[in-house]
Amino acid sequence: MQVTMTVNDVEVTREIEARLLLVHFLRDVLGLTGTHWGCDTSNCGTCVVWLDGEPVKSCTVLAAMAGGHQVRTVEGLAKGAELDPVQQGFMQCHGLQCGFCTPGMMMTARALLDRNPDPSETEIREAISGQICRCTGYATIVRSVRWAAVAEAQAAAQVTETTESSEAGEIDNAGQPAEAVA
Amino acid sequence: MTTVHERVDTFHDNDQKPVGYGRMLRKEDPRFLRGRGRYVDDVQLPGMLHLAILRSPVAHARIVSIDTSAAEASPGVKAVVTGAMLAQQNLAWMPTLSNDVQAVLATDKVRFQGQEVAFVVAEDRYAARDALELIDVEYDVLDPVIDARRALESDAPLIRDDLDGKTNNHCFDWETGDEAATEAVFARADVVVSQDLVYPRVHPAPMETCGAVADYDAVDGKLRLWSTTQAPHAHRTLYAIVAGLPEHKIQVISPDIGGGFGNKVPIYPGYVCAIVASIVTGKPVKWMEDRSENLISTGFARDYIMRGEIAATRDGRILGIRTNVLADHGAFNGTAAPVKYPAGFFGVFTGSYDIEAAYCKMTAVYTNKAPGGVAYACSFRITEAVYLVERIVDCLADELGMDPAELRLKNFIQPEQFPYTTKTGWVYDSGNYEPTMRLAMEMAGYDELRREQAEKRARGELMGIGIAFFTEAVGAGPRKDMDILGLGMADGCELRVHPTGKAVVRLSVQSQGQGHETTFAQIVAEEIGIPPADIEVLHGDTDNTPFGLGTYGSRSTPVSGAAAALVARKVRDKARIIASGMLEVSVADLEWERGAFHVAGDPGRSVTIQDIALRAHGAGDLPEGIEGGLEAQICYNPSNLTYPHGAYICVVDIDPGTAQVTVRRFIAVDDCGTRINPMIIEGQVHGGLTDGVGMALMEMIAFDEDGNCLGASLMDYLIPTSLEVPDWETGFTVTPSPHHPIGAKGVGESATVGSPPAIVNAVIDALKPFGVRHADMPLTPSRVWDAMRGQARPPI
Repeated sequence: MQVTMTVNDVEVTREIEARLLLVHFLRDVLGLTGTHWGCDTSNCGTCVVWLDGEPVKSCTVLAAMAGGHQVRTVEGLAKGAELDPVQQGFMQCHGLQCGFCTPGMMMTARALLDRNPDPSETEIREAISGQICRCTGYATIVRSVRWAAVAEAQAAAQVTETTESSEAGEIDNAGQPAEAVA
Repeated sequence: MTTVHERVDTFHDNDQKPVGYGRMLRKEDPRFLRGRGRYVDDVQLPGMLHLAILRSPVAHARIVSIDTSAAEASPGVKAVVTGAMLAQQNLAWMPTLSNDVQAVLATDKVRFQGQEVAFVVAEDRYAARDALELIDVEYDVLDPVIDARRALESDAPLIRDDLDGKTNNHCFDWETGDEAATEAVFARADVVVSQDLVYPRVHPAPMETCGAVADYDAVDGKLRLWSTTQAPHAHRTLYAIVAGLPEHKIQVISPDIGGGFGNKVPIYPGYVCAIVASIVTGKPVKWMEDRSENLISTGFARDYIMRGEIAATRDGRILGIRTNVLADHGAFNGTAAPVKYPAGFFGVFTGSYDIEAAYCKMTAVYTNKAPGGVAYACSFRITEAVYLVERIVDCLADELGMDPAELRLKNFIQPEQFPYTTKTGWVYDSGNYEPTMRLAMEMAGYDELRREQAEKRARGELMGIGIAFFTEAVGAGPRKDMDILGLGMADGCELRVHPTGKAVVRLSVQSQGQGHETTFAQIVAEEIGIPPADIEVLHGDTDNTPFGLGTYGSRSTPVSGAAAALVARKVRDKARIIASGMLEVSVADLEWERGAFHVAGDPGRSVTIQDIALRAHGAGDLPEGIEGGLEAQICYNPSNLTYPHGAYICVVDIDPGTAQVTVRRFIAVDDCGTRINPMIIEGQVHGGLTDGVGMALMEMIAFDEDGNCLGASLMDYLIPTSLEVPDWETGFTVTPSPHHPIGAKGVGESATVGSPPAIVNAVIDALKPFGVRHADMPLTPSRVWDAMRGQARPPI
């Protein structure tokens, strides 16, 4: 069958088997290997992408079901050379180790911040609770998302020319003592 | 929150100035953040075929017949291979890392559920899977042996009838320590406490499953193998031995690895199948297991049934520790441990205590369960050893009515006793335990926690405080004592400084997320003064890195880290000679500081390492006898293991209505000697603590009586999510290793080793009002509920 969808703002049309999973379509057909395949049962979340802006587990979505819809993957998170604040936060706060769960975690984090720009630690933990990281113990992922939230708040505050001095301290507490960074 | 001790520098050579160590963001992160990591399943080669494996649905059966004709006729199928076909090429069996043999594809019998029986090679993943359904295997089902206690009964079914003369399911016996001396201290002890403990079978379950892409070029006879391996060089040598391919024609590439934790140390049948398939079809072949295959067939961990005994004086002086272990090694002994250590490093079960005698006797057996035995960040069975000693010390504290912290403090090996030889022969290199313990207690607010607990108990609330103090042994070899199938446990390192002063360092170890590209750049930077950003770290490609045994048992920093420091010093020694020529002074008149040599007493006359690199490759003359270029290679053979230690305190609350355990706080103070990148160390500790929550409260690979694996998916095998773990509180002390070139010790597995007993001790502490002295992991609500009713049962 033929399927047409928009992936990272680019329309693609491919001939596929009806049973092809979205994760395999993205990885094997389109070569977008940032989305990973980890469990088949919707438990691990390494395959999380956006379908019309909502995080979904692409191992349990048929590629055909994405036909006519908007898909966004980790490859579509940065704006050109500029990393999304979530990506920056993961780097600044050591939110990744092996990197395998990272794309899915970041897609969920970005979606969380889009609907809740100032999530609490509990809200972040709930948002990523359908995904597994075997390396980090989650605390640094939580800090990474908080870093992004604060960074975005600061950027917005700068745009509106308001002060943001109280927020600057929070970035430091979120794991980024600037003087210690080599 | 975190309290830290000041860093203590004990470098051999005071002219080394730290420009490399400290918190540094990871050099490898940008590619992962953009989805540009390159894992095995990301490798796409022109004309590549896909391999899928048919696995046994039963735990024990004789294979009567296999009919592959329908599968061969299935659309897109290129080959179907059975064990009988491999046997014709003498490839049906392969050696394990423990000198046993394991079936690549079963020929005579299947010996565990999930065992490899046949494989299909097809044009895509889906076609390969379709064809598996069409292979018709007739099994004559046999009684399985699932309970290790049953394995040695006289009427137990024989599992390994493939081994000549084998008449029972005995795998090996092992003992350590002094039985008679231990008996003597137990005989005169005021108090003896005995406790049966089960460390259930668990699984590392890295987020990336295991897989390989094999690409055999028949024209030049070269095999390229991308595979999920923590030990690419050791694997290359073993493939040469198994497959008969010349070693120089095998290139093993271990690209980005999505977590290992020991799961990616062994050679699995799937890797060999992929190689065979590429040779047979003449095409590149990819094999990537799914999650169920990973959980049911690859290296498990633990599965020890232990009895721990501890003898002490009435006032709390520990005299001796004795243990008897029944070890379940599954259907094939696939343990990945140094060959002289069939029980890994379990011999460190005497822990951090200065005792008079110790003895361990172990029997290992075969059962109809998946092979393996050492995996899951255990430092070669130290997880089991630390769990044993830290649980029975708590049992002793309970018996004596002593505070568990006080009992530990009373029995620690004292700083002046290092290097300390334990009663089982391990030489602990350095340690200073009391400050580490005191720091953890201070961070936890230990006394206040005990007061809070007393108040809550009075109200009927269940709160527990658990302590574990561990000493690890990491960084195998030395090679005279430690080898894997005859390959000495040493590691090479090569450093080249390019003409413009940038450098490339090549490692034999392989990162699975530990951040080697950053840490090793920092180690070299510290020694040679080139900024870490200007140092490229290469690893995971046997054609382009020096030989070494790989990354497991927390050995990268202790072994390869030492190699990196020493190779950089070797390059610096050469640079000093070149600098003497450039500055026209004798070598003795040069002083080294921050990446430059200057003339003693005349700092204005100096040359940087970059100047020297250009001269080393340039047109001018070099001092007599000095070759051009600025590079060196070494192979580092450690003189001893390194012995990191740590103090962990866990606070749990238990809901009396549901028996649900919540880890409210976890305080971890680690001492891994010199700290290279504190951010990465903290990350390693966090991950290990989370493993500990999994093992203590959630994870178990269980089997039913027929040998069906009950943990065959992530719906059944529960791994902690963000909701099961607290925000970790970490601290550190620094006791450098005296024999390591930079004083560093390994830390990758410390938290996995140390955290399970802290959590279990906390749960048992919470259950004291119910008279509970012990309950085995995993402490799920139902098992805690049983314990609260006096019905705690072992999980197996």
